[in-house]
Amino acid sequence: MATIEKTQAFEAPGREGSPVEVADRYENYIGGGWVPPAKGKYRENLSPVTGEAFSTVADSTADDIELALDAADEAKATWAKSSPEEREKVLLAMADAVEENLQMLAVAESYDNGKPVRETLAADIPLVVDHLRYFAGAARAEEGRISEIDEKTVAYHFQEPLGVVGQIIPFNFPLLMAAWKIAPALAAGNCTVVKPASPTPWSILKLMEVVNEVVPAGVINVVNGPGAEIGRALATNKRIAKIAFTGETVTGRLIMRYAADSLIPSTTELGGKSPNVFFADIMAADDDLLDKAVEGFVLYAFNKGEVCTCPSRALVEESIYDEFMERVLARVEAIRQGNPLDPATMMGPQVSKAQLEKIEGYVGIGLEEGAKLLAGGHRTEGLPSELAGGYYFEPTVLEGTNDMRVFQEEIFGPVVSVTTFADEAEALSIANDTLYGLGAGVWTRDGAKAFRMGRGIEAGRVWTNCYHQYPAHAAFGGYKISGVGRENHRMMLDHYSQTKCLLVSYDEKPLGFF
Amino acid sequence: MARIEATPAAVETIGRLRERHGPIVLHQSGGCCAGSAPMCLTAEELPPGAGDVELGEVAGVPFLIDADLHRALGEPDFTLDVAAGGEDSFSLEGSDGVHFITRVRPTGGRGPIGDEGR
Repeated sequence: MATIEKTQAFEAPGREGSPVEVADRYENYIGGGWVPPAKGKYRENLSPVTGEAFSTVADSTADDIELALDAADEAKATWAKSSPEEREKVLLAMADAVEENLQMLAVAESYDNGKPVRETLAADIPLVVDHLRYFAGAARAEEGRISEIDEKTVAYHFQEPLGVVGQIIPFNFPLLMAAWKIAPALAAGNCTVVKPASPTPWSILKLMEVVNEVVPAGVINVVNGPGAEIGRALATNKRIAKIAFTGETVTGRLIMRYAADSLIPSTTELGGKSPNVFFADIMAADDDLLDKAVEGFVLYAFNKGEVCTCPSRALVEESIYDEFMERVLARVEAIRQGNPLDPATMMGPQVSKAQLEKIEGYVGIGLEEGAKLLAGGHRTEGLPSELAGGYYFEPTVLEGTNDMRVFQEEIFGPVVSVTTFADEAEALSIANDTLYGLGAGVWTRDGAKAFRMGRGIEAGRVWTNCYHQYPAHAAFGGYKISGVGRENHRMMLDHYSQTKCLLVSYDEKPLGFF
Repeated sequence: MARIEATPAAVETIGRLRERHGPIVLHQSGGCCAGSAPMCLTAEELPPGAGDVELGEVAGVPFLIDADLHRALGEPDFTLDVAAGGEDSFSLEGSDGVHFITRVRPTGGRGPIGDEGR
């Protein structure tokens, strides 16, 4: 396993001494090799760390999606018929290759997205490895069911691959979200055409370099370019058997319409405004659990808040509010912001200038609405000059009420809106007073209360005395407008399969109707 | 003041997109990633859904929002603008290297949609 001991900042990709090499230009990954975009166009890829371009990537068109689908179609004939053992071997070999290159991929991911290498080394990349291994095991252990209809009639159920699927990846976890989608698709015997997010087109190409040797040609294809052109070309294509998407709600509706037009299934994950509920008893002792709860509050700054399940609404029982917030604000104060390639950095830059401007705008809206600024609220000042062009925003805490816009709309940045509640009933009512239902957190020492709240909150994932854990063996997905479908867990094999029923009669006697 | 207004730059962008694509609509989005941005689509691609309300027109283009989302946001009025940089979305203006944004305006105590006799 690659070493992760590091006390100094990593050199930026492409610089001498960096674990990551950078080419001047990156083509699409199609049919097991590198294919230039049909129209020969490339665009600059910026790093949010500096705001400067460090390479160019394909600026593809619909023609390139067709090329990728050609390659996937060709690979399908063999891959769809591969044995579970063969699929397991490929996924395990991918996992090994990623693990051997963990440090390189962690630095690449950090530089492409802006997330701190502290997180990519310990979470993003190890989780990629874990998801690949999990679905390798799931593929191997999968079995159909047999129903005995009567003494001489049997229904055999086989899971068969869908064929070629389209998968659109968001910018916030470019590699982990790719693994969430690719691993189960492959495990179930599908080939895939992947469209990475435009702000983060590059780290997945480094991943493909690493796994190229072990993935059969055409099973995974990656095409970069604008969503309006190639995202649409992929999602509307009659040659795909399923479309999976993570993003915002209007595009979610579009994706489901496209799927309806083609009569294929879709999975949509569309964000949230997740409540993180802290009951008074969490302060009954000054112990590890209280410390964990304080950190659990501050996890809104994880991945600079660019997380669909960002705990962006904190609900604190009023009897502990002052004392609890004192600890929280001290912890927020201690967040180290700066170069994400420094392992000591806790928060890097936002992914793009547009995101930075949007976040700044929301803080303004919150203050206009009467929210009180408890921490942060501005672009980060005083950073080293080489980071001056990056998109840095302070970790921010706003205090207000749940009817404010900053409590209702996903900001997708390091901004938490905190409010109080009087009792359990009010906590549940505020928690559910949102259009979204993706994640939630409940913190209490009372198991029965935790269970009632967990079942009462209308969200697909309720973390209890923890937050932001994403194990492969736990289902993830939205209630309400947070999307339709699930990701993770071996149930995904069903989502990426057709069910074939062979209904077999072992009775030689005719039916007798005709 | 209308519920939806547009800056001159937004009006100009809309004009270009109408010329290129024919009838278009604007849908205010919510949620993950590029959420909270208005999405410009051809009218046939995403016609108004049962839950959508039209806040008005900008430069002849209907501006739609999900009624529940509008309510959750406190029924604000919007100003449509453009900002530099093509965002990664299905919205049509991205190929021009810009993206639409909306700013909210206080409604000055105006009631829910429908109350003003529209």
